[in-house]
Amino acid sequence: MTTKEIINPANLVYDKTSILTDNVMHYCPGCSHGVVHKLIAEVIEEMGIQNKTVGVAPVGCAVFAYNYLNIDWQEAAHGRAPALATAINRLLPENVVFTYQGDGDLAAIGTAETIHACNRGENIAIFFINNAIYGMTGGQMAPTTLVGMKTATCPTGREPHLNGYPIRISNLLAELDGTCYVTRQSVHKLAAVRKAKRAIQKAFENVIAKKGTSVVEIVSTCNSGWKMTPHQSNLWMEENMFPLYPLGDLKDR
Amino acid sequence: MKKEIIIAGFGGQGVLSMGKILAYAGLLEGKEVTWMPAYGPEQRGGTANVTVILSDQRISAPMLQVYDIAVVLNQPSMDKFEPRVKPGGVLIYDSNGMTRKPTRTDINVYCIDATDKASEMGAQKTFNMIVLGGLLKIDPMVAIDKVMLGLKKSLPERHHKLLPANEKAMGIGAEIIRKTA
Amino acid sequence: MEEVKLMKGNEAIAHAAIRYGCDGYFGYPITPQSEVMETLMDEAPWNTTGMVVLQAESEVAAINMVYGGAGCGKRVMTSSSSPGMSLKQEGISYLAGAELPCLLVNVMRGGPGLGTIQPSQADYFQSVKGGGHGDYKLITLAPSSVQEMADFVGKAFELAFKYRNPALILSDGIIGQMMEKVILPPFQPRRTNEEVRKECPWGTMGKTDDRTYNVITSLALEADVMEATNRRLQAKYRQIEENETLFEAINCDDADYVYVAFGSSARLCGDAMEMARRNGVKVGVLRPITLWPFPTKEIERLAKRVKGFMVVELSAGQMVEDVRLAVNGCVPVEFHGRTGGSVPSSEEIWDVTQQKLIKK
Repeated sequence: MTTKEIINPANLVYDKTSILTDNVMHYCPGCSHGVVHKLIAEVIEEMGIQNKTVGVAPVGCAVFAYNYLNIDWQEAAHGRAPALATAINRLLPENVVFTYQGDGDLAAIGTAETIHACNRGENIAIFFINNAIYGMTGGQMAPTTLVGMKTATCPTGREPHLNGYPIRISNLLAELDGTCYVTRQSVHKLAAVRKAKRAIQKAFENVIAKKGTSVVEIVSTCNSGWKMTPHQSNLWMEENMFPLYPLGDLKDR
Repeated sequence: MKKEIIIAGFGGQGVLSMGKILAYAGLLEGKEVTWMPAYGPEQRGGTANVTVILSDQRISAPMLQVYDIAVVLNQPSMDKFEPRVKPGGVLIYDSNGMTRKPTRTDINVYCIDATDKASEMGAQKTFNMIVLGGLLKIDPMVAIDKVMLGLKKSLPERHHKLLPANEKAMGIGAEIIRKTA
Repeated sequence: MEEVKLMKGNEAIAHAAIRYGCDGYFGYPITPQSEVMETLMDEAPWNTTGMVVLQAESEVAAINMVYGGAGCGKRVMTSSSSPGMSLKQEGISYLAGAELPCLLVNVMRGGPGLGTIQPSQADYFQSVKGGGHGDYKLITLAPSSVQEMADFVGKAFELAFKYRNPALILSDGIIGQMMEKVILPPFQPRRTNEEVRKECPWGTMGKTDDRTYNVITSLALEADVMEATNRRLQAKYRQIEENETLFEAINCDDADYVYVAFGSSARLCGDAMEMARRNGVKVGVLRPITLWPFPTKEIERLAKRVKGFMVVELSAGQMVEDVRLAVNGCVPVEFHGRTGGSVPSSEEIWDVTQQKLIKK
C-alpha cells in the first residue's frame, strides 16, 4: 500500500477541528489545557457558532488561549474575565461569550468578578481549570491547593493556620441564584473526556437559551508544577483531588 | 444685575429645592444662574446650604465668601452666615428655634416666622415656599409667575395638584415677613 | 432649538451620554458623582436607545466591563471619583495598552486616601502623567461649566475613536454638583452593529468569514514586539499633541500677568481677573481645556511677553510643574493652591497674586 492510498478521505477516522489553529501549543506535555481547548473548539464547530463566539482569555497558563482557537478573543487583566464577558454579553446579547480561567484567576484575584457575574446570571459560560497550583508563574500556592500540598510559596505544604483551606468555589457558585448549571469534570481518561465535552456543549447551549451562567470546572493536573510525570499526576489527582473536588453535576436547572 | 444668595438651614427644610426653584425662575427670565450646594452626608438631617447666583453676565465663581442676601433657617446657619452678608445686604431668618437674634446693624434684617405659620396651616411641606415668598417680597429679583412656571416644570405631573398650595404659601410669606433691624 | 435646561454637571454627563449614542455605562456609586448613574437609571435608556446601564460590583469590575465593551468597538463609558479612579488605574493601563476607545469621567474629591467628598483637583498627576503602569497617555478634557460637561462627552468619544485611545473628562465636585444652564446635544442614534463593524474592524463582535479572527490584548512578551508597540503608541501621542490641544485664553492679548487654571479653578480666577482689571492691573486667564495634550506652545508664546504667571489649583501644586516646564525660567511662575476640599475665594486669589507676583 502506498502512502497516497492510505491518505485518502475514505480512510479518514479522525480530523482536527478547523476551529483549532495550527499554532504549536505552549503547554507542557501532559497538561489538561490542550485537551480542554480541543473540546471547546470541537463543540464550537459542531454547534456552528464560530462566528458568534467571543472568548475571554485569563492571566495564567491559558493567557495565550487566543493563539489556539479561531474565534474572536479578548485578553483580560488577571481575574477580570467575567467583567469583560459581562459587558460583551450585555452589548452583544446574540453572541456566545465564554471565559476560560484558572484557579488563581477565578478563585483568588477574580473572586469578586466571578461571584457577581454568576450572581447576576450573565448569559456566559465559564470554563474553569482547577489544577491546585499557579502554573505560569512557577508553581506557587493557589486558592485550591490541597492541605499539605507543597508549592513554591508553601514549601513545607499548605497549612490551614497559615494559608487557610482549599476553596470549593464551584460549590459556592452553585448556591447562587444566577447560575443554571455548575458541574465538575476531568479530562484524564477517555470516558471523562467524553463527559467533559458534553458538559461544555451544555454550557454553550445554556448561553444560547439565555438560561443564566454555566460553570464547568475541570479538575486538572499540572505535572510540571506538581513535579510528577503525566501518568503519576493523573493517579495523584484521582487519589488526592477527587475526594475534595468530587466529579459530577452540582447544579442543573 | 447680579444677586449672590445663600440659603441655609437643616436638611429636610427644603433649602436645596427652594434654591433650585429660585434658580429655575432666574433661568426662565433669561438670566445666567448657578446653584451650588454644600453636598455630602450633611444632607441627611444635618445642616444644608446652597449658593444661588442670578446675573445678567456670565458667572465665574459659583462658591462665594460674602453674599448680597443670606436666608438662614437655623442657629448654626445664622452663626455662620450673618458675618458674611455684604454691608447693606439682607439677612432673612426664621426665629423658630433660634437662641439669639442677629446683631449686625449695617445690614437689613428681616424675620419670617415660616415654621410657625406652616404648622399653623397644617402644611409643613410648604415651609420653604413661605420663605421664598418672603424673600421675593423683600427683593423681587424674579417674577412670581416665573417661580410658578419653574415649579411646574420641576415637579412631576402627579404633584401638580400641589401648585395652588405652594402659590398660596408664597403669598403668605410675603405677608408675614417683617423688618426687625 | 433645544430647550435650555437647569441641571447638575453630573446629570448633564448622563443625558449627554444617551444623546451622543453611548452604548453602555458601567459604574459604581461614589460621592460626588453618583448622580451620573442615578440619572441614567432614572432615564432608563435601555427602553429608548438601547443603551446598557449596569451597576458593577466594584470600580475594578466597572473598568473591566468598559474594556470588554470597548473591545467590541462599542461606545462605552464609566464614571467615578478620586478613590474609585485609583482602583480603575489597572484597567485604564490595559485599555491604553490594547488601544481601546472609551470615555472615563473623574469627578474629583480631596485626598489622599478616603480623604473628603469635597471638591479637589489633586488627580491631575494621576490623569496626565500615567496613573497606571507603563508609558501611556490619556486624552484629558477639563470642563469648567455644566455645558462643557455635556459637550465634552461628545468631544471625548470623538477623540477616543479617532485615535483608539481612552479619553478622560477630569471634573471636580464643584462642576459635578453645581446646577447651571445647559443646552443638551440633539439625539444621535446609536450605531447599528453593522456600523460598529465598519468603524471598528478590529472589534470582537464575532469573526466573519472574510477576515482572520480578532484579538484584543495588551500582551507582547517579546521585548522587540513590545518596544514596537510602544513606539507606535508614542507616535500616536505626538500626533495627538500636534492636533488636539485645546485652551481658552481670556484677556491674554494685553495681559501683563496671566492666571493658568483649569476647570473650577479657572472660574475662580475669572473673578480674580475682574478684580485685578478694576484695580488697573492687566491680568488674563489661560484655561487649558485639554490637560493632556497640554497647551505648552501657547504658554511658551505668552512667556515671551508677559511679566509672570500665577497658577491656581485645588491641589498642592501639580499642573504648575507643566507650566514651569513650558515657561522654562523665562518669567516667574507662582502658585496658589488649596487642598483637602477647601476652595479659595476670588478675593484670596487676587490678594495672593499681588503679594507673590505683582508686588515682588
